[in-house]
Amino acid sequence: MMPRAVNVDLQTDATLQVDISDALSERDKVKFTVHTKSTLPNFKQNEFSVVRQHEEFIWLHDSFVENEEYAGYIIPPAPPRPDFDASREKLQKLGEGEGSMTKEEFTKMKQELEAEYLAIFKKTVAMHEVFLCRVAAHPVLRKDLNFHVFLEYNQDLSVRGKNKREKMEDFFKNVVKSADGVLVAGVKDVDDFFEHEKTFLLEYHNRVKDASAKSDRMIRSHKSAADDINRIASTLYTLGTQDSTDVCKFFLKVSELFEKTRKIEARVAADEDLKLADLLKYYLRESQAAKDLLYRRGRALVDYENANKALDKARAKNKDVLQAETSQQVCCQKFEKISESAKQELIDFKTRRVAAFRKNLVELAELELKHAKGNLQLLQSCLGVLKGDT
Amino acid sequence: MSQTDMAANSQRNPPPFPGSEDQDPLSEMADGDSDEGEDIFVGNRNPVAARTESFQPNTANGEEPADLFSEEDSGPAARSSNSPPGYKSSGVHSDDDSDLFAEASMELAGGGPSTAAKPSEAEAGPSPTTRKSTTQPMSMEQLEEDEVKDNFELDVAVTNPEKIGDGMNAYMAYKVSTVTTLPMFRNRTFSVWRRFSDFLGLYEKLSLKHSLNGCIIPPPPEKSVVGMTKVKVGKEDSSSADFVERRRAALERYLQRVVSHPSLLQDPDVREFLERDELPRAVSTQALSGAGFLKMINKASDAVNKMTIKINESDTWFDDKLQEVESEELQLRKLHTVVESLVNHRKELCGNTAVFAKSIAMLGTSEDNTALSRALSQLAEVEDKMEALHQAQAASDFFIFAELLADYIRLLGAVRGCFEQRMKAWQRWQESQSTLQKKREAEAKLLWANKPDKLQQAKEEITEWEGKVTQYERDFDRISVTVRKEVLRFEKEKSKDFKSQLVKYLESFLQSQQRLIKFWEAFLPEAKAIA
Repeated sequence: MMPRAVNVDLQTDATLQVDISDALSERDKVKFTVHTKSTLPNFKQNEFSVVRQHEEFIWLHDSFVENEEYAGYIIPPAPPRPDFDASREKLQKLGEGEGSMTKEEFTKMKQELEAEYLAIFKKTVAMHEVFLCRVAAHPVLRKDLNFHVFLEYNQDLSVRGKNKREKMEDFFKNVVKSADGVLVAGVKDVDDFFEHEKTFLLEYHNRVKDASAKSDRMIRSHKSAADDINRIASTLYTLGTQDSTDVCKFFLKVSELFEKTRKIEARVAADEDLKLADLLKYYLRESQAAKDLLYRRGRALVDYENANKALDKARAKNKDVLQAETSQQVCCQKFEKISESAKQELIDFKTRRVAAFRKNLVELAELELKHAKGNLQLLQSCLGVLKGDT
Repeated sequence: MSQTDMAANSQRNPPPFPGSEDQDPLSEMADGDSDEGEDIFVGNRNPVAARTESFQPNTANGEEPADLFSEEDSGPAARSSNSPPGYKSSGVHSDDDSDLFAEASMELAGGGPSTAAKPSEAEAGPSPTTRKSTTQPMSMEQLEEDEVKDNFELDVAVTNPEKIGDGMNAYMAYKVSTVTTLPMFRNRTFSVWRRFSDFLGLYEKLSLKHSLNGCIIPPPPEKSVVGMTKVKVGKEDSSSADFVERRRAALERYLQRVVSHPSLLQDPDVREFLERDELPRAVSTQALSGAGFLKMINKASDAVNKMTIKINESDTWFDDKLQEVESEELQLRKLHTVVESLVNHRKELCGNTAVFAKSIAMLGTSEDNTALSRALSQLAEVEDKMEALHQAQAASDFFIFAELLADYIRLLGAVRGCFEQRMKAWQRWQESQSTLQKKREAEAKLLWANKPDKLQQAKEEITEWEGKVTQYERDFDRISVTVRKEVLRFEKEKSKDFKSQLVKYLESFLQSQQRLIKFWEAFLPEAKAIA
């Protein structure tokens, strides 16, 4: 059973349950088996699975973003692309360097890298799963037709990745959007709630970004230190096997200890990665999605205000009044619709965020304690033996 | 007091500790005979065991040897200490030793005939030089038997680094404090100020005198132009503080090793170093720094290695040992590199943790849920504490582990050096034999050619060379004995050193985990309180 969504505390109900039951890593891509259990009448069966790739998730996400109906919701952030490049590179380097190290060292390092690969793999599965669960948990999005197609259609969705031109278009769209975003953000909101949210999210997003980057660096150093302890253990082992004097036996025992503590240190780094770094990364993306919502609302507000001005002008000139009125009404409806759902979305976002942080921080503390106690025990028993011998 | 008193006193068991009358006559004698060399024999009624402290500088401990060179090491020393009066007549003091004794007295004391008389006075206990002269190779079993605690001790510490002067002429002075019960010193507690070049000067003097015997002379820490310049220039930052601390600790370990070596402790230069208020400036070290000197030795030994001379002997002990030493040195170098890498990564981790802590604190202030905000600022505090923990751990990695390895890499170099000395002694002997052979051939030729006047000279030369051959053979045997003994002693010390330091290292690791547990245990309820 694959790991459940860790960063989001979601209510799942029986009417629609989605998970990734399996995943396969091939050379270039990862194939996820999306498994659905549902009592909804829309689906042909109650339980079914399909195979999807990363691009298809992106397609689904983008279809939400582009759908005007969903303008008033926080669109669950798209999962990041599975990135095994670094890990693959390391495995390759290891293969090249095979001649220069002892058999034990090589086997050890290979196991290390394989474990790392597996960890990255698990993470990417979890992140794709979270995305789907968020959609399934959302009262409106879960009804989306594309979502159902994604879940049920057991053929390839023929969603190819964006080609170069489309990527360029996206790039420019983003540039325009952020420029616009600045303009829109500058407009002061009448509603205090939204005004506060705007300020809050801007600051929060930046700080989460910073914290996320710094947590990554910290965890990387931790991993490096654990790797060093691994090499120390190996060298001590070599020293210990040179002879059978009691200092050599000593070395062997210490080497064994370091082997074990190193494993624990590596787990500590991995757990910090999962509970802290991933948490921050996720809320970096979600806070961006929330900002996007505010932007859309801001945009709608500006459009509404412009429509009002246009209506006044039309009335003054008594020209195209009906047109202006219709246009103004459309804008007004759009704005109000977004505002209404946005408020609830932002409140939900806060609730989710607090719950997720609580869960992860508690788990982080518990794991740190577990590992430290593990280390402590190993050290105590080893020191007992070593001191007893001397 | 008279000689007879002393003799009478010597009949008693050596008293366990200072303040006994027995010691005074000897130290009086020492003072009375101003010839320094004699101190060796005089002060030597009770053999020396230097009980040195562990690596922590200022702890004057009467503790159990968690430390390097406890009494047990000075096997030969211990043997004669608390033994009952009857001991003095037992085996150690034999006639065979008179040669070595004489040689030693020539080398160390430069003393005249009066020194030869001393041995009989020092009958109560053999002098360290006679200890060295036991012709039977000191087996491990014998050394282990001698785990008698010696009550006569010397503790030395290097503390209080102080910067003297300003600018490029400035230097660091270190306080060298000695606490001892050894009678050869004037006082029980005393301290002097020394600078780095003084330590190097001591090394050189000891090296010149003792390395030819095959002694393992502990190498001093290396000169560092960069490090010292920073200090001189007055850069008040953590890196120069670290440098000074590192050097101070290294100098202390160096001295502790010197004084724990039974023969070296007896050297008057060592005593002078510890005791004399003003030491003449060691000038030659400017040109010939400790590192430079070591390089010279290394170059010489490399040259010898390249000649691929192998001593033709049936006992493979020396050859095997040298190979062991070389392979061990290789491994230690490898280990040292990895440990240095660990130190660097931990320092990096330290920095990154501090930065992360600040970042989380900022996040906490943005967070509008009160409980979460508080929990995040608590997390920031925990991470701050973790930073301090990593810092301490990195220091421990360095000062306990890395420096231990660095010391032993240098020491193994010194061990190789003494094998080279033995090699040289063997060469000298071989060469003298071949010269003798040539002289004999020359004589034969002259006999045949019937040149009586030249014959006389040839015969004289043959006698001379026969003497040399005998001499060099004896030298070679002597140095072989010494090397063997030194290596065994070294191995024992090394074993102790490594064990105690690694235990210390693991203990510091253990402590850090204990503190870690405290921090997270304090945090957990805060995290649970988020709502």
